[in-house]
Amino acid sequence: MLTILFDGIAYGMLLFILAVGLSVTMGLMNFINLAHGAFAMAGGYLTVVLMQRFGVPFLICLPLAFLATGFVGAIMERSLYRPMYAKPHLDQVLFSIGLAFMSVSAIDYFMGSQQQIMQLPEMLKGRTELWDGALGMGHYRLFIIAICAALTLALQYVLAKTTFGSRLRASVDDSRVAAGLGINVNSVFAITFAVGSGLAGLGGALGAEVLGLDPTFPLKFMVYFLIVVAVGGTSSITGPLLAALLLGIADVAGKYYVPKLGAFIVYSLMLLILLWRPQGLFVRKGGH
Amino acid sequence: MQKRLFLSSLAVAAALCSTSAMSQDKFKIGLILPMTGPFASTGKQIEAAVKLYMAQNGDMVAGKKVELIVKDDTSAPDVTKRIAQELVVNEKVSVLAGFGLTPLALATAPIATQSKTPLVVMAAATSSITEASPFIVRTSFTLPQAAVGLADWAPKNNIKKVVSLVSDYGPGIDAEKFFKDRFTFNGGQVVETLRVPMRNPDFAPFLQKVRDAKPDAVYVFVPSGAGAALMKQFAERGLDKAGIRLIGTGDVTDDDILNAMGDVALGVTTSHHYSASHNSPLNKKFVDAFTKANAGLRPNFMAVGGYDGMRVIYEAAKASKGAGGQVLLDAMKGQVFESPRGPMFIDAQTRDVVHNIYIRKVERVGGQLYNQEFETIKDVKDPGKSR
Amino acid sequence: MRSNSHQHLQASLLRPSRLKWTEFLFWGLVFLAPWVVPGHALMVNEMAIVALFALSLDLVLGYAGIVSLGHAAFLGFGAYSAALFAKHIMPDPLVGLCFAMATTSCLGALCALTILRGSDLTRLMVTLGMALILLELANKLDWLTGGSDGLQGVLMGPLLGRFEFDLMGQTAATYSLTILLASFVFVRHWVHSPLGATVKAVRDNRLRAMAIGINVNARLAVVYVAAASLAGAAGALMAQTTGFASLDVFALDRSADVMLMLVIGGVGWLYGGVLGAVAFKLMHDVIAGITPQYWTFWIGLFLVVLVLVGRERLLKPWTWWRS
Repeated sequence: MLTILFDGIAYGMLLFILAVGLSVTMGLMNFINLAHGAFAMAGGYLTVVLMQRFGVPFLICLPLAFLATGFVGAIMERSLYRPMYAKPHLDQVLFSIGLAFMSVSAIDYFMGSQQQIMQLPEMLKGRTELWDGALGMGHYRLFIIAICAALTLALQYVLAKTTFGSRLRASVDDSRVAAGLGINVNSVFAITFAVGSGLAGLGGALGAEVLGLDPTFPLKFMVYFLIVVAVGGTSSITGPLLAALLLGIADVAGKYYVPKLGAFIVYSLMLLILLWRPQGLFVRKGGH
Repeated sequence: MQKRLFLSSLAVAAALCSTSAMSQDKFKIGLILPMTGPFASTGKQIEAAVKLYMAQNGDMVAGKKVELIVKDDTSAPDVTKRIAQELVVNEKVSVLAGFGLTPLALATAPIATQSKTPLVVMAAATSSITEASPFIVRTSFTLPQAAVGLADWAPKNNIKKVVSLVSDYGPGIDAEKFFKDRFTFNGGQVVETLRVPMRNPDFAPFLQKVRDAKPDAVYVFVPSGAGAALMKQFAERGLDKAGIRLIGTGDVTDDDILNAMGDVALGVTTSHHYSASHNSPLNKKFVDAFTKANAGLRPNFMAVGGYDGMRVIYEAAKASKGAGGQVLLDAMKGQVFESPRGPMFIDAQTRDVVHNIYIRKVERVGGQLYNQEFETIKDVKDPGKSR
Repeated sequence: MRSNSHQHLQASLLRPSRLKWTEFLFWGLVFLAPWVVPGHALMVNEMAIVALFALSLDLVLGYAGIVSLGHAAFLGFGAYSAALFAKHIMPDPLVGLCFAMATTSCLGALCALTILRGSDLTRLMVTLGMALILLELANKLDWLTGGSDGLQGVLMGPLLGRFEFDLMGQTAATYSLTILLASFVFVRHWVHSPLGATVKAVRDNRLRAMAIGINVNARLAVVYVAAASLAGAAGALMAQTTGFASLDVFALDRSADVMLMLVIGGVGWLYGGVLGAVAFKLMHDVIAGITPQYWTFWIGLFLVVLVLVGRERLLKPWTWWRS
């Protein structure tokens, strides 16, 4: 039904914002960053701390979460991640898992292990019912869809219409040739990583209400991010967008219509898709 | 490669040669808890309560010094079992305690039986645990105890049609079964039983289904800590405005996070064995001391399970004069005492806990949210025992 | 002249496959451990099981070049097979072990069909997906598997009809170590055989291997099935020595942990899995003893430093400040 579709779209768009940074990083730097979830968690916890201890309004916290995590991402990229680009994939996996462990434990130490609860501003609570209850839209989910749609359009615009976007696309396709053409690939990497992490932080802040926020967040949701990236492919952003929407709707609909199977549906769907199209559903030919 | 192998062999040999010193005049307690992972908050609460008890009652019992050994089992049963085995064999602990989840306790049961070491379950809540070994004693609670109380209360309060929503694991299934049986026996109707997967619980689609079924109330069980998400989704879906009441076992309004839930939790009626606002001098003392020692953290039902568990262990050790084994176990059975939750005793036959079950409602008291008890069902035995 | 250099070449190519005295020393010490320090026999048992698991992953990862995050699927399948066999059919450990290895090989053959295509990431996700699906299945079929409570009541008969599984764990440790050694010898022999050489060729450059006529898919499938059966053996050992099987044996943590151990020890070098397992378990135990709640932080730090500094240099502290 419509409400389920609506919920699925909201969930999917949230997943997209969380995972798009990972997708671009993997496509661009060929780097498997399993600590991506940690940036999301950082954004969420930052928002909680700002709201609870300093009384900052929720809407202001969102851009702050984006900027702060983006900044941290930029610093980490330059200092820790850069030496790792040349290393084999396995070392990268090891490295990022190590970072993830450290962040989980550190948050546990500073913030405690219980679920964090956010108090939303009044205007975001509440619900609108249309067509005699056939479509119920929670205002917060509406808000999520709106923000994520705006971000998607912005990303698409940057990618397609700006100089930076074309440099980014060139570097994704073939970084060596791009460097040969005089594109400063290092700075493209740095900016992309920062923006990707910032988006993850924003996603974490937005998602804390819907997905829950506790120190094990990065490990819990990593699987979902990886599914989005694997199914969506790493050579565009429309791929992960569609993959995330598919995942969100399948998950929500599955749990509603066939609750006995629940999570089964998502994994089986992913498996079938990957067996049918191993490169991901929406890959341009010629990408890597 | 050769050198690496040689050095590694030496390292292995050296590492394995470290032994632990044993001393006969110590009374050792092996506390195995989930200190990391999704149930870490349970481990924290219990550890804090145990340490509080020791701080209040000293660390000497029957002339021996009490040594507490805390281990993290990361909620993996084979690790729990190995740690328990090591504690029994190497450290020669007199009693094993803790056990945050049912599979962890069940996996360790054979060790307790084989080594004749009493095992005090401070958290896990499935009925069948105490039947897994004659050496198991429980001080936490069982889901059937909590569920049955509510199933008696609900029909008397205009709740005839219910959808049950539980987490898909042992205690959840217990909660669902016993509520359904008793509620149907009392003339009510459980129109649908939904089970939410344990991992990544997104309650939205399930609550939507509840809404579509239009019951009088939704009966809920989720593990300690997940109640917040459920509560929020409940309000967001507009279930309260649609006239559906939220009832359940007290895990959903866990004292640990209740205050942070906000007004959306007001009016939720639950049945449980412990509330931090229980009106007794002992409980007030317990809550004050606990919050003071733990930076304002409020104790929850897990903490009280740990606190009472220590009480049982200490008193039994005094009665057995520091001995372990069967003597210690016998001294644990049949203990009657006042706990922060109210009066309770350890049933000598089943070795399980018998205590009051309270029906409570969430209200704002002095600016904070508490589960206010308004009805008491006395001395509830676990209805889940097969014998 | 020519014969001399020919002999040189032959000797250097054959050197890795020769047994060295350090290997005998290593295995000798390892087998003595449960008897010399009986208090740690349980730990030795656990290390042996995990080492076998890591060894099987090394076959897949180090020799076939398949990145797998779902190897725990085989561990779990083997564990439940052995546990159910002991509970319902017969409690003999060795027969149960063979049964578990047989069933897990079948599962491995089935899964081998899925990992042949796609990129690293695809294989990562496909293997992960399989493990998670098995986890959900085990949860749903709780009449068979005991669901999230786990499968209890697994009482093992005595090993070889004589040695009971005791509380000290010495029988268990020696049993696991024997199976580990047997598997190790088998894998070692295989790796240095012509078949092993073709698999290494496939790993190094698939296109070239195909060009010289090696049937890539068949080789990969064979390796995968062999690795699956070894992982199944590890699972069976786990279920038999602990008398218990539960859902978390399929969990992502298991697959991730074993991959970490393998990478710590070194991939593609058979001892890597064994040593990585020992090192990781020891570290975990020691650190968790000191700080039961925050040990993951220190493990994480160790991993980050290990990768940044490099495994070789880590063991030689004086080189840290050189470059």
